[in-house]
Amino acid sequence: MLEKFTTIRGRAVPLRGEDIDTDRIIPARFMKVLTFEGLGKYLFYDERFDEKGEPKPHPLNDPRYQGASILLVEAGFGSGSSREHAPQAIKRAGFRAIVGESFAEIFFGNATAIGLPCVTLAPEDLAVLFQAVEGNPDLEVEVDLVNKEVRFGGRTAPLFIPEEAREALVEGLWDPIGELLQAGELLDEFDRRLPYPRRSE
Amino acid sequence: MGKTLYEKVWEAHEVRKLRSGQSQLFIDLHLLHEVTSPQAFGMLKDLGLRVRYPHRTFATVDHIVPTHDRTEPFQDPLAQSMLEALRQNTREHGITFFDLGSGNQGIVHVIGPQLGLTQPGMTIACGDSHTSTHGAFGAVAFGIGTSQVRDVLATQTLAAQKLKVRRINIEGKLSPGVYAKDVILHIIRHLGVKGGLGYAYEYGGSAVEAMDMESRMTLCNMSIEGGARIGYVNPDETTFAYLEGRPYSPKGAEWEEAKRRWKSFASDPDATYHDVVTFRAEEIPPTVTWGINPGQAVPIDGRIPLLEELPPEERPVAEEALAYMGLKPGQPIKGVPIQVAFIGSCTNARLSDLREVARYLKGHQVKKGVRALVVPGSEWVAKKAEEEGIAEVFREAGFEWRNPGCSMCLAMNPDRLQGDELAASSSNRNYKGRMGSPKGRTVLMSPLMVAAAAVAGEIADAREVFGIGR
Repeated sequence: MLEKFTTIRGRAVPLRGEDIDTDRIIPARFMKVLTFEGLGKYLFYDERFDEKGEPKPHPLNDPRYQGASILLVEAGFGSGSSREHAPQAIKRAGFRAIVGESFAEIFFGNATAIGLPCVTLAPEDLAVLFQAVEGNPDLEVEVDLVNKEVRFGGRTAPLFIPEEAREALVEGLWDPIGELLQAGELLDEFDRRLPYPRRSE
Repeated sequence: MGKTLYEKVWEAHEVRKLRSGQSQLFIDLHLLHEVTSPQAFGMLKDLGLRVRYPHRTFATVDHIVPTHDRTEPFQDPLAQSMLEALRQNTREHGITFFDLGSGNQGIVHVIGPQLGLTQPGMTIACGDSHTSTHGAFGAVAFGIGTSQVRDVLATQTLAAQKLKVRRINIEGKLSPGVYAKDVILHIIRHLGVKGGLGYAYEYGGSAVEAMDMESRMTLCNMSIEGGARIGYVNPDETTFAYLEGRPYSPKGAEWEEAKRRWKSFASDPDATYHDVVTFRAEEIPPTVTWGINPGQAVPIDGRIPLLEELPPEERPVAEEALAYMGLKPGQPIKGVPIQVAFIGSCTNARLSDLREVARYLKGHQVKKGVRALVVPGSEWVAKKAEEEGIAEVFREAGFEWRNPGCSMCLAMNPDRLQGDELAASSSNRNYKGRMGSPKGRTVLMSPLMVAAAAVAGEIADAREVFGIGR
């Protein structure tokens, strides 16, 4: 059984910046791996560490945000390369949900398929949430996928997520492989009917 | 009521609706490479599953391949292990693999079309965002993540959400020295890097109809940089002429039948779109980027925007870009010194790109101090370029002529920028650190503009450097 995501509670890390691409989330050189294990430590590597591997000022290096499980981002998060390594690194670094203004298509799909909910808030609500977290890193944030709202510091903001993705997460159907396999022989019919590339000798 | 190609292809491939509300979509052609597939094969193994239809899957190696010395084992043991894993996985599952030295190895989005694997009306998936390239043939082709690579291997299907369709018309005639790369940079500059979120881009209009297939591939390739998941061009006689006689194209009686079928997928004249945008081809200049995303672009004779000229929401990223690139608001982009010139990548490493550059480059020299690389998109492209004397033109001009691969575009191989070097590049992404150095800088442009920059030692107008048309 897959985990059902209803409410995710935890502290949040505010990560400012628009159009943060997946190359930044996980630089290509860390993708020379045969499994996703251990990718968490390379999350935002070039933004967090200098050439000598010394930490640079970055919210993820900030002791006040250690142990946070919700990532706050702005617009266009996850653009660029389709690398699933990006959401995998975020998940393996301990994050259980991402709250932002908008997400790139492939990133959103990849994240949802591995059980990492990505939800959006209206820009004004997101701005308040950023300020609240930056003012109080201990603030508890709740991402409630059932009631479709984000709660923090006595406030409630409506969250947005495509209904298909929301249901998949809430009902524990986020990894579609089981249901895809159920199509069984129907697939053979498609395979017989639809042409495929053939080298004619 | 007319339908778009996107809708027709979708309907022909929809296996059923899923409980989630998504559709289960049958994938005609699955392309694999070494970076995003090993974990998928691992998951398959964990689930005790096999590759369901290996005859629909084709693999090659491109991202991690050294382009200078391909002797095995590679100097980088991690790269070697990825190649070995792909060899092992394709052997075990009966998948056709175009290995190094096979004559068909190359960038996955270059070899698909070149071999005739990519055909109109197909659904195509690959664990790489530039799969949108194949849309040039009137295919619905999208980049997917590794869990989805697993899904396609196990079931030949994907759980997918239907997109809206935006028709982008380019009407008129492109000016001399202006290429598909300029067109797509112009589109992204105007519609934004998030402009395509939720959309498939259908490119049309007289300028697109006049484009050859390889130009259309360049156009579709960067749809993803505009935020669109896919881009496509309706199949026409140009498409069919390109495919005729390719190794995997239908032959004989099947050829005529295939053409009839392919034509039927083209968008109907009365198709309805969610949005229509039109650009005039004559108004598109050679375009180059100045920032850290492909939408931060200007005409070659333009200036980097002043912050106050930008919408308020774009200013923070612009400031970040200027600081990273070491450029000033209002500064002309022309004349910025370069240290590296790179012609290659799935956007622009095809034979027609190299031919066009060689035509003008002959007799010119790369400026002293500039490291200039040309990396053909495939072994086939390399061979043809050697036969046609194109490789020699590049060598004589002072370019290094390399072996096929993704090379500097994402620098998962030894080709990378050093320190804060600035590269004029025919690739598709100018993100921070993209070309392998955390401080390295990329300016995107057409291959001919890269050649002009290599010769001038600075960002230059190819029309001036090579005396084109003005």
